[in-house]
Amino acid sequence: MGRKILLEHANVPGIKSYEVYRKMGGYASVEKALKSMTPDEVVEQVKTSGLRGRGGAGFPTGLKWSFIDKKSGNPRHLVCNADESEPGTFKDRYLMEYIPHLLIEGMITSSYALGCNLSYIYIRGEYMWVFRILEQAIKEAYANGWLGKNIMGTGWDLDLYVHCGAGAYICGEETALIESLEGKRGNPRIKPPFPAVKGLWQEPTVVNNVESIAAVPWIVNNGGEEYAKIGIGRSTGTKLISASGHCKNPGVYEIELGLSVDEFMNSDEYLGGMMDDRPLKALVPGGSSVPILPANLIFKTTEGNDRLMTYESLSEGGFESGSMLGSGGFIVYNDTSCIVRNTWNFSRFYHHESCGQCSPCREGTGWLEKVLHRIETGEGREEDIELLWDIQRKIEGNTICPLGDAAAWPVAAAIRHFREEFEYHVRFPEKIKNRDHYVNEPFEKVRHLVTKQTV
Amino acid sequence: MEISNAKQEINITPELQARIDELLSHYPADKKKSALLPVLHEVQDAHDNWLSVPLQDKVAEILEIKPIEVYEVVTFYTMYNQRPIGNYMFEFCRTSCCCLRGAEDLMEYTCEKLGIKEGETTPDGKFTVVGVECLGACGYAPMLQIGDYYKEHLTKEKIDQLIEECKAGQVNLH
Repeated sequence: MGRKILLEHANVPGIKSYEVYRKMGGYASVEKALKSMTPDEVVEQVKTSGLRGRGGAGFPTGLKWSFIDKKSGNPRHLVCNADESEPGTFKDRYLMEYIPHLLIEGMITSSYALGCNLSYIYIRGEYMWVFRILEQAIKEAYANGWLGKNIMGTGWDLDLYVHCGAGAYICGEETALIESLEGKRGNPRIKPPFPAVKGLWQEPTVVNNVESIAAVPWIVNNGGEEYAKIGIGRSTGTKLISASGHCKNPGVYEIELGLSVDEFMNSDEYLGGMMDDRPLKALVPGGSSVPILPANLIFKTTEGNDRLMTYESLSEGGFESGSMLGSGGFIVYNDTSCIVRNTWNFSRFYHHESCGQCSPCREGTGWLEKVLHRIETGEGREEDIELLWDIQRKIEGNTICPLGDAAAWPVAAAIRHFREEFEYHVRFPEKIKNRDHYVNEPFEKVRHLVTKQTV
Repeated sequence: MEISNAKQEINITPELQARIDELLSHYPADKKKSALLPVLHEVQDAHDNWLSVPLQDKVAEILEIKPIEVYEVVTFYTMYNQRPIGNYMFEFCRTSCCCLRGAEDLMEYTCEKLGIKEGETTPDGKFTVVGVECLGACGYAPMLQIGDYYKEHLTKEKIDQLIEECKAGQVNLH
């Protein structure tokens, strides 16, 4: 049984309310930090913990905090990124919905560490009912003296508010999120300057994912060293994984980093294996943006090592044979799923969500969608596969923000590992007319047709 | 989304104004524009779930910003409707994870049942069906959003029931 840090109390009846949360030891980290630690000591504990950004990039949280400009004396802000929109990811929503005060507590302790007096939680507009849950939790925190003026008699003031987006994946990118919080279109900014120097309203700002901030209370209460003992190497602590697709038990799980993919996938404590016991075909381990892995690279790396749920192990082999932990959006595919269709679907998503600022992304995502759609519907040409490769290569690395890369990687990985499926679509259009073409005839049964033609 | 010139009655009720004032208090006095997204949500909710150009102009006036600053936001974010929509808008998530669990079949079933195509509204103005991108409910697929709420683990039977409940006025949107 893995250790629970974030969701330990998530199933306690009434934990959404302030009274129950407090009774279970809630807000202790605020007391401890404000009474016995300087802000810099809190930052040091978070650095020691090795906590890495849980939104997907995995950048060390303590290090990010240490970049905030405290010298200029300008007002500083902590903004929580609750714009969770990466396909396959729904962990932050779970945390906020079931244990909202944990995020509020984390926001207060973290704002203290950064010396902020005005902080925000930016939540995606579709999570409107969660927005109201957070509003209620904040109201309770104000009523009990954890927010407002002169908190715990220390002379430190903090105001905290929830702000809602309105349906734009791009606002999960931190500078786009800041633009959106300023009441504008979500167009990412060119960096530098980084938000730590010029962020919200041109003032020093740190943007952190919900899960990262929710880990702070435990780190402050138990010490960064204790946190660093959980996990393996540079992957410390626990991680929320959102599992979806063709696994037996989809849902949100808290795991200790370092758990093997095999155990996560197959043990009854977690996903319990495959739905209807069909064969596992592919896995996207970290949200739609990360490379898809074919069955033979899921549980073992090419080096023959066990694949583990860590930042390092999931990326072992680079993009040739690995993937990424990303946001922890764990999407499971069985043999009835069509990789071409799935890739087209993802490309449509990125085309829809591109903000349109950079032409490689604005135009390129449209082309990816268009070409993939014609392959998927039986209108594809042999040279389209090379064309796709060429388009994705021209997007990657040529845009202001990582959305371009996120659109390119899934296409590259799909071609790299499932090229035969693309060829099958192009050469046997009559066989893939029906969108459920692999339900009665999984690709394994027809693969020989493609191989024969190639020879 | 296509812009509509349909007439819309603008009514900033005292309750709505109070809510707008509360939202404005969340930002520094000289940063009123920051309240734009949340204010637009509230104004839209109070106006049959869409924002005509005159209504957007009104929001600009309230926040003391230029109308273009409102237009560019309304056209960028998908949750703002620029034309009248059905009383009950079924927004089906159609991104991959939901499709793995039958989202496409279910959306087609719903459209057929209501006699409309994806993106259309029934002639009586009651229902709209649209496909949208990932709503963050991948593990509870297939699903749809209606108003402020999610309906998850859907089946054809649950869709039938939901339509009946909407017709009977038993579904809360906000």
